[in-house]
Amino acid sequence: MNINATLIGQIITFAIFVAFCMKYVWPHLLGAMAEREKKIADGLDAANRATRDLELAQQKAGEQLRESKEKAAEIIEQANKRANQIIDEAKEAAREEGSRLAAAAQAEIEQDVNRAKEGLRQQVSALAVAGASKILAKSVDEATHGELLDQLANEL
Amino acid sequence: MATDATGYIKHHLTNLTYGELPAGYERVEADGSIVELTEATWTLANSGQEAADMGFWAFHVDSLGWSAGLALLLMFIFGRAAKKASTDVPTGMQNFVELILDFINTTVKEAFHGSSKLVAPLALTIFTWVFMMNAMDLIPVDVLPTIFGAFGVHFMKVVPSTDVNITFGMSITVFAMMIFYSIKIKGISGFVGELTLHPFNSKNMFVQALFIPVNFFLESVALLAKPISLALRLFGNMYAGEMIFILIALMFSGGMALALLGGVLQWAWAVFHILVITLQAFIFMMLTIVYLSMAHEDH
Repeated sequence: MNINATLIGQIITFAIFVAFCMKYVWPHLLGAMAEREKKIADGLDAANRATRDLELAQQKAGEQLRESKEKAAEIIEQANKRANQIIDEAKEAAREEGSRLAAAAQAEIEQDVNRAKEGLRQQVSALAVAGASKILAKSVDEATHGELLDQLANEL
Repeated sequence: MATDATGYIKHHLTNLTYGELPAGYERVEADGSIVELTEATWTLANSGQEAADMGFWAFHVDSLGWSAGLALLLMFIFGRAAKKASTDVPTGMQNFVELILDFINTTVKEAFHGSSKLVAPLALTIFTWVFMMNAMDLIPVDVLPTIFGAFGVHFMKVVPSTDVNITFGMSITVFAMMIFYSIKIKGISGFVGELTLHPFNSKNMFVQALFIPVNFFLESVALLAKPISLALRLFGNMYAGEMIFILIALMFSGGMALALLGGVLQWAWAVFHILVITLQAFIFMMLTIVYLSMAHEDH
């Protein structure tokens, strides 16, 4: 418990230690720490910015997706419409064709009927002449009555 | 050397002192014989009495050695951290040192309202160094003295902050800085004015002249109380703590039951002491910052 020159020794040691810390330790370390702090802050900023960018990009992508979906729907609708139109057209064409065919068939049938009628008429006149000639035998002159019979056949 | 309890305690509280014994001094040797010195001799004191007789120009080799050793250790750690300082991810010791630095930096920024390149490194030095010196208290009191005793060193007081020279050495340095900055910031007239014009002042010149000596006395006491309280607070706390460790260590020679109790007490006191050493280091640092902040304030 004696006060002695230890005091002076301690003061000197203290002064050296403080000077060392002041000169070499404090500025170096604090500078590095401040710099690192800045670096971390910058990094965080960048991360935030990236997140925001990502959000924007996602938003944009979503928008584009929606747009393209809309477009696709529109195209499909158009295609459907076109298909219906084509079907309608085809139906119309088919109907026309059908009616045309039917008309042609009708005409042919009529022709055939006429032809048959003509044939029948001629055969009827021939039959009538044959029948009449058989009934009248020789009383009826083919030459004189033939004209009359032709007239009759034409009236049929 | 120590046979009874008193001797044991005294032995533990005696520093290893190196100093000059005057010519004609009668030394008491270990075997009890008395040897008279023919001329003044620089030597290690054999007893507390001899250490006291060496006067002012003697050194406590143990206190100085341990405090300087701890200072070197800290300087080494800090120096390495400073050398490795980079903006990369800090690891290990680097991280720890930066943690301490950050803590000190925050404390100084909160308590010190001036701009100074000195205060923060000073606070760092004081906190870490006082903490380390105090922490020597946690080493069981007999370990280091026994080891050194085996090499023929009779006294070894391992906790530098239980040496009043060490605490005063630091507080006087702080005091010198206080005076220096007071004069530097406020000028000599400002400093003298601070000492003489407060707390009593008067518009009347005559009355003011009467007040000056009273003010000077009061302010001087207040000023001087700062370094003294700073040193004695740390010394007192550490000395008392060390004393209790020594008393607990005495129990180890008192039979099995007492030794067991001593072991428990030693552990409990050490745990409590962790708080004390940290707190004392913090208080010393904090008061230094506050005192220097006051010195920097211009009224």
